[in-house]
Amino acid sequence: MILIGERINGMFKDIREAIQNKDPEPVRYWAKRQYERCAAYLDINTGPTVEKEDQPAVMEWLVKNAQEAAPLPCCIDSTNPDAIEAGLKVHQGKAMINSTTADQWKMDIYIPMAAKYNAAIIGLAMNEKGVPKSATDRIALAMEIVVNCDMNGIPMEDLYIDPLMLPCNVAQEHGVEVLETLRQIKTLADPAPRTTMGLSNSSQRCTNRHLINRTFLIMSMANGLDSAISDVDDDELLDAVAAANILLNKEIYCDSFLKTFRAR
Amino acid sequence: MAVTIAKEKWTSKVGEMVLDADSSVKVGGESTLPFLQFEGDIPNRPVLALEVWDLEPVDWPEILKAPFAGVLADPVAWAKKNVEYGADVVALRLMSAHPDFKNASPEDCAATAKAVADAINVPMIITGCGVEEKDAEVLEKVGEALTGKNCLIGCATEKNYKTVTATAMVNGHSVIASSPLDINLSKQLNILMTEMNLPANRIAIDPLVGALGYGIEYAYSIMERARIGALMGDKMLAMPVICFVGQEAWKAKEAKSTDDESPEWGAQERRSILWEVLTTTTFAQAGGSIFVLRHPESVKQVKVHLDKMMESNAY
Repeated sequence: MILIGERINGMFKDIREAIQNKDPEPVRYWAKRQYERCAAYLDINTGPTVEKEDQPAVMEWLVKNAQEAAPLPCCIDSTNPDAIEAGLKVHQGKAMINSTTADQWKMDIYIPMAAKYNAAIIGLAMNEKGVPKSATDRIALAMEIVVNCDMNGIPMEDLYIDPLMLPCNVAQEHGVEVLETLRQIKTLADPAPRTTMGLSNSSQRCTNRHLINRTFLIMSMANGLDSAISDVDDDELLDAVAAANILLNKEIYCDSFLKTFRAR
Repeated sequence: MAVTIAKEKWTSKVGEMVLDADSSVKVGGESTLPFLQFEGDIPNRPVLALEVWDLEPVDWPEILKAPFAGVLADPVAWAKKNVEYGADVVALRLMSAHPDFKNASPEDCAATAKAVADAINVPMIITGCGVEEKDAEVLEKVGEALTGKNCLIGCATEKNYKTVTATAMVNGHSVIASSPLDINLSKQLNILMTEMNLPANRIAIDPLVGALGYGIEYAYSIMERARIGALMGDKMLAMPVICFVGQEAWKAKEAKSTDDESPEWGAQERRSILWEVLTTTTFAQAGGSIFVLRHPESVKQVKVHLDKMMESNAY
């Protein structure tokens, strides 16, 4: 399971204030802390309060500070192509673009950008019409992304398809469709594309959020989820992933399996 | 459209272990499955050790004793003979420590080990008699006597690993970690030893393999699984593997049975050596790095095989 730490995001108060005050400490703190807690990537998002024209500079600042504090690649998260490219320009190592949808005009921007910067890319199984309800419709959009990546020479191991989980208190019927989508994504190409998910989405405005996130993550892993943007500060989530790795035969069992999962 | 050659891309590699004091003999370091040079590097070739006992073996077949006529009661002379026979490594087994034999003291064992080490210029493996408590005491003294020689000592088990690991750390040796054909116990033992701060590249995994006809496929599968785990990033299984082939092959009835007893099996000499050679080459294919053998002719034949297998097939 490739964990992408969600914490460096202007949606969170401390990061929002850090951006406003040009104070790198909270960014560095979360980069280091998420690194120590099994994150393989750091998601970096300026958040909704930064003005569009300021986003490239803020992204650049966030990426630089995060990578100075922790030896991890970033998952550069924005709806603004200029902000993403600004992040990619200063990024060390192999970045991940978060994200393109299946709209052709967006794929035409982001997928060549991934090729240019040798970055991985997240493809959302949605388009301007919104998030499809059924697995079949999600898969049709995922296929569009697979084809476009292939045409641009992006290997399938660098494509992460997100079937898009919605909060279970407003869109309860989506859960089973997402699980079915995960299974089918693995049949779209050989080698198969990878999969990812914004996990905390599943529990927005619900009670017992950690439990819902953790349960859905494990169910998704059993259906082919390779990666998740998630809260790595949650101990129980990490332990559950360690156990799932064993049960899915991704890691060879030993009595210290919780400890070995956390060791780098 | 161009055909893309499908090659496995591994993310990790096996740790590299130094077997002597001046770092001239190394094992491990592979970043691919055995001999698939077209998918990764195999920087070091497997090494072949010949056994020396510090006590004349009583139950060895005549055919196995013959090449060592006159030196079987003299570990120093025997060790030198092994080097003459082309052994890359000498594997001293301190069988005299066994309570059922001479119950030799740790000090006596250490003196023998020192004498052998001083007489040869190849790396050394030193193992105890197989009684875990006694081996801990013996290896403690042996480790001290051979300080700085960077030997491979063992075998450390779940019961005695603390003493053996501590000795190795203090005196600069590497350790053989044995677990009975169980990948989970093997991984756990490696974790426990590294938690004592022994560097991972100073552990060799001994999976306690069986010979051809005696569970070889089971041992093969375990070694293969551990190696795939190592190449996929499991650091606690990314150690070179040592296979005590001689002791197993020469225990097989196919090796021990004489010409008179089993004429239908063909000449014993050829048959017994083949048993040892085929067990070794099989485990070389499973990822073994250090092979402890008994017959000099087996060393010769396995070397021919390894020469061929080490020719690069990279493209």
